[in-house]
Amino acid sequence: MIAAYLIFAFVISTLLFFNKNRLLNYLLAGAFLIAQWCFTIYEYTHKNAVEFYGFFRPDALAVLLLITLSIIAIPAYYHSYVYIKKDEKNAGHRGIYFSAMTILIAAIAAAYLSNHIAVTWIFVELTTLSASALIYHRRNANSLEGTWKYIFVCSISITFVFIGILFLSIALQQAGHNNLSFPALLQHAKSLNIFWLRLAFIFIFTGYTAKLGLVPMYTAGIDAKDKAPSPAGALLSSVLMNVGFVGIFRFYEVIAATSIHHWANHIIIIAALLSVFIATVYMLKVKNIKRMLAYSSIEHTGIVMLGLAAGGIGYYAAILHIILHAFTKSSMFFQIGQVYRVFKSKSIYDVGNYFKYNPTGAIVMLLAFICSTAMPPSGLFVSEFMIFRSLFEAHYLFVLIMLLFLLTIIIWAFGKNVFKLLYTPAVGFNDKNVPKINPYESLSQFILLGLVIYLGINPPAEFVALIKEAIQNLPQ
Amino acid sequence: MINVFLITFAMTLIYLSIANRMLSYIRIIAFQGLLLFGVSFMELGEMNTVNLIFILLETIVFKAIAIPLLLNYIIKRNKITREVEPFLPNFISLIIVTFIIIITFLFSNIIVDPNLNKIYFVVALSALFTGLYIIITRKKIITHVMGFLIIENGVFILSLAVGNEMPMLVNTGILLDLFVSVLVLGIFVNKIGDVLKDADVEKLQNLKD
Repeated sequence: MIAAYLIFAFVISTLLFFNKNRLLNYLLAGAFLIAQWCFTIYEYTHKNAVEFYGFFRPDALAVLLLITLSIIAIPAYYHSYVYIKKDEKNAGHRGIYFSAMTILIAAIAAAYLSNHIAVTWIFVELTTLSASALIYHRRNANSLEGTWKYIFVCSISITFVFIGILFLSIALQQAGHNNLSFPALLQHAKSLNIFWLRLAFIFIFTGYTAKLGLVPMYTAGIDAKDKAPSPAGALLSSVLMNVGFVGIFRFYEVIAATSIHHWANHIIIIAALLSVFIATVYMLKVKNIKRMLAYSSIEHTGIVMLGLAAGGIGYYAAILHIILHAFTKSSMFFQIGQVYRVFKSKSIYDVGNYFKYNPTGAIVMLLAFICSTAMPPSGLFVSEFMIFRSLFEAHYLFVLIMLLFLLTIIIWAFGKNVFKLLYTPAVGFNDKNVPKINPYESLSQFILLGLVIYLGINPPAEFVALIKEAIQNLPQ
Repeated sequence: MINVFLITFAMTLIYLSIANRMLSYIRIIAFQGLLLFGVSFMELGEMNTVNLIFILLETIVFKAIAIPLLLNYIIKRNKITREVEPFLPNFISLIIVTFIIIITFLFSNIIVDPNLNKIYFVVALSALFTGLYIIITRKKIITHVMGFLIIENGVFILSLAVGNEMPMLVNTGILLDLFVSVLVLGIFVNKIGDVLKDADVEKLQNLKD
């Protein structure tokens, strides 16, 4: 099935690339969405069945994230359609945009499902290629700069991951194995040489931070999310970050079975705490709303990794948090597209009094702010609270205090900017030509935010079981 | 013989730190491609023939001929000046690169692994860090690409160390080579030269907070 899905996605993407007709474009995108959902349902019903020579296996984590991806993909295409329609100059550019988006979604799905460390790596590489085509969509000097930085930093980090895989393979050879699939790695974890494992972990972790958005490689992602069109930015700051998480998580499972588990936790805590710190500093300083959202993503991944490092209930909370964060942040990015259409600017100085121009959108913004800062009834409140508890139980008191302190500052900075956008009128803004925004364009955001609240407060039993199954390989 | 090739490779890294012209950089990269051809020819004897021919073609055609020609074309087309323009004087670069090699050499001494030839490890890590050093301390964007190519070569050497047992990894590494070089250099040829007339890093500083 995965082979059929990838071939279908490739065919659709090629057709989209060459097609100049608008109607056909939408039909093709619609066909891909249907295929995406069929594929998701198929994988959900065939959980843990090995596919394509054992290179892919839909385990619980993959299925959870795949469903998240398929849910976000629908509004992503819809908002892309709205975005492209308003200034459509070049049918070729539209074709490249939709073609790249299709490849991106297919590559992300394959990276989730991959059962082999090198296969994950190949599809992560493919996401870099397709994401850069999306970032370059506006074709001006700034988007070129964003694209160049993204490609360069991602290429270096993907090389780092490859070096990590090579070190891992040296360790495997020493132990007399040569199978790099995740189940085999887990099985032989205890027999691997610690020295090579440490080197492998450092390189793989550093490499995947470019996708996940952690210190040290987070920089390229910020520019990319700012310069990409907002529907693409939504994918980049939600499902693509989850790809980085999957990459680290699957290798972390292997590390967790060895004697360097604690050492790896300390590396993760240092990187995560530094990320939250950097997010705080930039949230205070940043004047561009889209970049502020990108930094907020950095903060959230920092929290997720702290939960992973703390262990205990933190494992459960980390998976929950990464899924709920994907819904929250993507709905915020979809909404920013409307804000930009009203104010023609992303600078905090040029926007304001949004409730007057687009009440529905303003309510989305307010709700998304509440969800993103993890205030009740947001589901992120539940997951963040569990992460705090796990940090407390693991005796990382200093880390917890630092985290709470930094989060307070972040909420203040975030709130200051969002309330400026919602209530304070912008100086010198001429509201003669403000376009009327159709309230139904905000429907998808309401659904996504509703999911955040519902899944956090009243998670279905099946959802909980899936998360528990996803973390079963970690030491409890 | 493999050792001679690898030591020559390490020496090219030292030469790279004091080279002053773009042309010398391109020649070094081409020469490194030839060295990698020699190393893989000698090392990967146990591999099946088709795969071996593919790898050898990659090193000789892609690394030693195509990439240097492409770099040359980019420099001519975008009228990039021939100086490398480092931020630090060459003398300091020489000291730092020498230190990188010495430190990786000392670091390799803690490895206890009878199967692994340590010289691969030393040369690969030195190439990695020298490449990063060149990316950090050179002003032009095209030199950043060259620094990245040096890193790629280092990774290729490291993948040869495990190549006989896991040929898949060598092939994946080649995939990385082709993909990144084509993508990065392709953007350079088509876009950056047209949008930015003089391609310095200073031109890429609009996106910040």
